[in-house]
Amino acid sequence: MYRYDDYDRGIVRERVDQFRDQTRRFFAKELTEDEFRPLRLQNGLYMQRHAHMLRIAVPYGLLSSDQLRMLGKITSRYDRGYGHFSTRQNLQLNWIALADVPDILSDLADVEMHAIQTSGNCIRNITTDPLAGVAIDEVADPRPWAEILRQWSTFHPEFAYLPRKYKVAFSGGEADVANVRIHDMGFQMVRDQAGELGFRVWVGGGLGRTPILAQIAREFLPWQHLLSYSEAILRLYNRYGRRDNIYKARIKILVKAVGIQEFTRQLEEEWSHLRDGPSTLTQAEVDRVAIHFQRPAYDVLPENDVLFEIAKRDNPEFATWAGRNVHAHREPGYAAVTLSLKTYGVAPGDATTEQMNVVAEFADRFGFGELRVTQAQNLVLSDVKQRDLFALWQEAKTAGLASPTVGLLADMVTCPGGDFCSLANARSIPVAQGIQAQFADQALLEDIGDMKLNISGCMNACGHHSAGHIGILGVDKNGAEFYQVTLGGAWGMEASLGKVIGPSVAADDVPGVVSRIVDHYRKERQTGERFIDTYRRIGMDGFKARAYENLKPVVEEREVANG
Amino acid sequence: MAKIIKGRQIVDDAWQVLTLAAGETPKQVAIPVGKVLVPLAVWLARHDELLQRKHHGDDLGVWLSPVDDPAAIAAHVDHFAVVAVEFPGFSDGRGYSTAALLRSRYGYKGELRAIGDVLRDQLFYLARVGFDAFAIRADRSAEDALNGFKDFSEVYQSTVGQPLPLFRRRAVHVSGGTA
Repeated sequence: MYRYDDYDRGIVRERVDQFRDQTRRFFAKELTEDEFRPLRLQNGLYMQRHAHMLRIAVPYGLLSSDQLRMLGKITSRYDRGYGHFSTRQNLQLNWIALADVPDILSDLADVEMHAIQTSGNCIRNITTDPLAGVAIDEVADPRPWAEILRQWSTFHPEFAYLPRKYKVAFSGGEADVANVRIHDMGFQMVRDQAGELGFRVWVGGGLGRTPILAQIAREFLPWQHLLSYSEAILRLYNRYGRRDNIYKARIKILVKAVGIQEFTRQLEEEWSHLRDGPSTLTQAEVDRVAIHFQRPAYDVLPENDVLFEIAKRDNPEFATWAGRNVHAHREPGYAAVTLSLKTYGVAPGDATTEQMNVVAEFADRFGFGELRVTQAQNLVLSDVKQRDLFALWQEAKTAGLASPTVGLLADMVTCPGGDFCSLANARSIPVAQGIQAQFADQALLEDIGDMKLNISGCMNACGHHSAGHIGILGVDKNGAEFYQVTLGGAWGMEASLGKVIGPSVAADDVPGVVSRIVDHYRKERQTGERFIDTYRRIGMDGFKARAYENLKPVVEEREVANG
Repeated sequence: MAKIIKGRQIVDDAWQVLTLAAGETPKQVAIPVGKVLVPLAVWLARHDELLQRKHHGDDLGVWLSPVDDPAAIAAHVDHFAVVAVEFPGFSDGRGYSTAALLRSRYGYKGELRAIGDVLRDQLFYLARVGFDAFAIRADRSAEDALNGFKDFSEVYQSTVGQPLPLFRRRAVHVSGGTA
């Protein structure tokens, strides 16, 4: 993974000093709340329902074991012994005291981490495929490019006060595991006909109140121009993005308003002034960064490990886990493993201090001391020998990290919701737990098969509900918590946005609604057909009719969420 | 006399900022004598008259709001001793792009001044996009604001103040064998 040099270290250290002084001036009333707010947000610090929430950046989801140990230490010293991994591969701490934050940032800097630009109207943490570098079907490892753009976007002076937040993702290839189309700007690694490496550039995607899928700004951007092209897009957005209405301020609204053709015309014009300038990337710089992502020293192993095969044959429970949580690896005899943070009775994405320490130890013993955070709020060990899988599984089970549910309905994604977040209209976690209880049976989950269920506590869509096959959105109806259900969202190159099935329902009714939707799918599906494909084939009506069966009619929808 | 930060020092400033009151139009507003920063609309409506003043020895100045396109003065930047960019709120970032364009695309070499809601914690970024003068909000200490320039000693990007991005300077460092 990328390691800081003296320049990187110095910049992050000076950030800690800067924020320490800003915090001091806030306490001394030299900065008003309004003046301090954007400053603290650009350090990932929110004022929440009960305390401050600190969002720590995990650049493109990659962590070292030492970094994870430090996160564990911070959760135990400054928080309540756990943290929440988010859909943007970051870690959120929910019980932080403002006065402690400079010290936390200093601890983070010790392990080359920070909370820079994890919130605020600026370029946020960059996300990518959690299997980057080991996936069998990637065109190129996107992480060096994500790191290069991370450095470029860190404290970019022109783009620190954008109209709204700006999220960027990189995908290693056509599979688009990073889901570039729901991002403000997305880069997909591609090669042109001559075999040259570059990016397909997407722009104008985002979820939130008005979900829109990104469109293609350029089919092929040679790699040398990553920074100047980004600068051109950001400059158009900074100058012309709406600032009069927070709900219409994302770049997706600008792109939609002018149309992608006109937007790309302006973009090419702006870029014509910037291309081939000093920001043009050099092979030397790409090499300097890429060397940090070289393939580790893998042992030479047979394609399939015999002991692993025997263990699967002899232990059906292990075989179930291996079938779901173990992923193909491009190196013979190795696998990538998802350690699930979706344990029954625990908020999805939460990990305790002890679990962080255990996973750090796993990363050292069963890999090369690295791990990944996924957009689905799990952790991944990227380089496990097949022969070690059985031992790893046993220990992961003991640590509560072995739910064999990756990609199944129980692998649901949620935001922290109204239990913590002051933006939320409704709670997410109790709803998630209600659904978990309804779908606790592994055989049922396996029968349902691939399913993305996403829950957001408000229109800000941190739980990516519009991208879920089944999406659940908390809405506030005259002070009461209700939930709107959407169907038909999907990720990656098959991306689509979910459609609302009808009036929202009470929290207690959500598990029943989900059950009936699932029942309808099991009744209607053709052999081997996934939920999303059945939905696309037969449409909304049958699902809708079934979903509302036995429900008392509710008052007509009157959404007061977010004004 | 008002004080501004210029050249990283606090100096006296004689410029006044002309704004249009309700009912006033660019064509008929009275332009006071002396050093005046006029709104872009006044410059566009009366540049012949303003150039006459310059001819008689008065320095010219203009100020741009966040929606004003700096391309509007691109052909005339050499006439101005001061171009000011207004920040109606410190979190309105449009003026950063205005400044970057004036410096890097339109070749403006004179004083580039940030006016409006200009505060210590934005000075580092403002300086990097090309501002060299700062009218700190009247209720805040300009002396204290000077500390804002010292927030960071190194930066990654190519900008007006440092056209070579860090990666090009890093490369020199490495090939020089001193890394």
